[in-house]
Amino acid sequence: MKNSLMNGTVGTGVALSLGLLAHGAAAENLRLLTWGGYAPENVIEMFEAETGHTVEVTKSNNEEMIAKLRATGGGGFDLAQPSQDRIAGPQAEFGIYKPIDLDRIDSAQFIGSMLAATKANTTVDGEVYGVPHVWGTSGLVLDTAKAGMVKDYTDLCGADTAGKVSYRLKRPTLIGFAFSMGMDPFAAYGDPAAYTEIMEQVEAKLIECKPNVKTYWGGGDELMGLLRSGEVVASMAWDTGGWKLNADNADITFVAPAAGALGWIDTFALPAKGKADDAAYDWINFVMRPEVSALITESSGQFTASQGADEFASDELKARFQASFPPEAIDNIKWYPPVPAGLEAIEGGVLDRVKAAN
Amino acid sequence: MRNQARLGFYLLLTPLLLWLILLIVIPHIDMALLSLRERVGVGKYATSMANYGTFFGEPLYMWTFLRTAMMSVLATLITLIIAFPVSYYIAKMARGRTQSALFLLCLVPFWVSELVRTFGWMILLRETGLFSTLLQWAGLVDGPVEMLYNDAAMMVGLVYTSMLFMVVPLVTTLESLDDAVIEAGYDLGGSGFSVLREIVIPHAMPGIVSGSIVVFMLSLGNYLTPTMLGGKDSLWFTELIYSQFIVRFNWELGAAFGFMLLILSSVIVWGTLRLTGQTLEKTMG
Repeated sequence: MKNSLMNGTVGTGVALSLGLLAHGAAAENLRLLTWGGYAPENVIEMFEAETGHTVEVTKSNNEEMIAKLRATGGGGFDLAQPSQDRIAGPQAEFGIYKPIDLDRIDSAQFIGSMLAATKANTTVDGEVYGVPHVWGTSGLVLDTAKAGMVKDYTDLCGADTAGKVSYRLKRPTLIGFAFSMGMDPFAAYGDPAAYTEIMEQVEAKLIECKPNVKTYWGGGDELMGLLRSGEVVASMAWDTGGWKLNADNADITFVAPAAGALGWIDTFALPAKGKADDAAYDWINFVMRPEVSALITESSGQFTASQGADEFASDELKARFQASFPPEAIDNIKWYPPVPAGLEAIEGGVLDRVKAAN
Repeated sequence: MRNQARLGFYLLLTPLLLWLILLIVIPHIDMALLSLRERVGVGKYATSMANYGTFFGEPLYMWTFLRTAMMSVLATLITLIIAFPVSYYIAKMARGRTQSALFLLCLVPFWVSELVRTFGWMILLRETGLFSTLLQWAGLVDGPVEMLYNDAAMMVGLVYTSMLFMVVPLVTTLESLDDAVIEAGYDLGGSGFSVLREIVIPHAMPGIVSGSIVVFMLSLGNYLTPTMLGGKDSLWFTELIYSQFIVRFNWELGAAFGFMLLILSSVIVWGTLRLTGQTLEKTMG
């Protein structure tokens, strides 16, 4: 009670001083569940100064976001940022989000095609549950001087890089290997039997590949350490990871694999029991402004779905992006379709068996 | 007067009861119910034993548990073998300030968190780490050696993490052993080994057992050390539980795993107590 009173007073004061009473809505505390780098300190300060709302950031990842929201039935947070493919399944299964009121979103600020694709992928029973924010890809991060021969996911299993390879034991690895082995796992999403068959082949390949692996990385910083020290020369990771390292060591960079980089879009979704919807919508409309989006791109290294924000992006980042993605590699990006509920169980068994194999 | 005493009794009992019921009994009942649910469709659940069926049906899970239990037993034994002489020295040979200083040294690593201690080991053992560099500098090896990401590294981490929990009970029980008894043993013609076997170990038994139980349970329930030091082959049972809950959204199976861990580890502790002829009352009292 004391807290909300305080926030209210401070908020009103700021709003008055900025002459922004037109907003009308009372200041709220926005509890944001997001990824590292998506809500940089400078953006939060600007937002708090302009709207009077306060922002409380919790950094997380896809799985933890869903697990946290599931534990509380969608409470504890006012705005979450899961990937677009991980919304429809958990929503159908656990009902942890509430529909987005599209009238309250300034859709002109979004890149049209990306907004349309995300809306389609996050629709459950005719209601839209997500709008796009940040996008990127995962593929190969290589020390090109030592592992230049790696062109595709399965090349990580080659003798040239034995003992100097690292990837995650998570679903992107399964999907990447499946594409690289000439199969299309996305086409089999709706057919559990066909999907199981694909996953069995991937499982065999990953077990065969295991002696090549130094360790399965867990967090981004762990992988950065491994690549920087030279203990690992070829890995499967996000594009930003590669570009960050490229700034320190020109040999290391992100390479789009021959089978196609895997494209993801992180979204905005409203948790079912969120209490600060006004602040959530204000935040979405605020951070999608091109100049604010550019700040987020600078902090996370990742591009956003904001229309016109790339004009503000730094030339270095643009150069790295163009070096990693020739036009044909962009066309070859495999965008994740929504994951149907229950698919994780099939993948889970595969991952457990790979981990246990000798 | 009597009434006041009763009131005091209940007042003292309340925190304990609240603790037990709110934080232990209720969550466990909830977990038990959860573990008995089976997902039959999108958002639909039925009561069944299917999750326990999965545990026994998939050899992988049983093997992982056995591996975790065996490694934990081994870690307990190694900890005991290292901690016993250390405790004996602290309790019986060292005197005054030396004694407190040595005891403090055992305690110092626990002033930082487990995560930091584990990172410390990673810095020492990794390919570009301290040991590898030292060996190369001394000319003992030609290229970098990787000492991280294997079972031995994991064992080192587990033993290091649990050392204190073995030393403390051992020092306490050994301190209560009268020096005169040991001298009497030698006076009666006992050798060093027979004094150790007939007098010191039997006296220290409660400390050994309680220390071993604590270390075993800590190792079995450890998540951080196996994951970070064990690398790609480190499948640990707690890791399975974590991934069922967080990565697979399969809370039902995770809850069943949690219960199996509780039941099986209790059985192991109970079995060991029976085998060694100890009881929990003797150890804790």
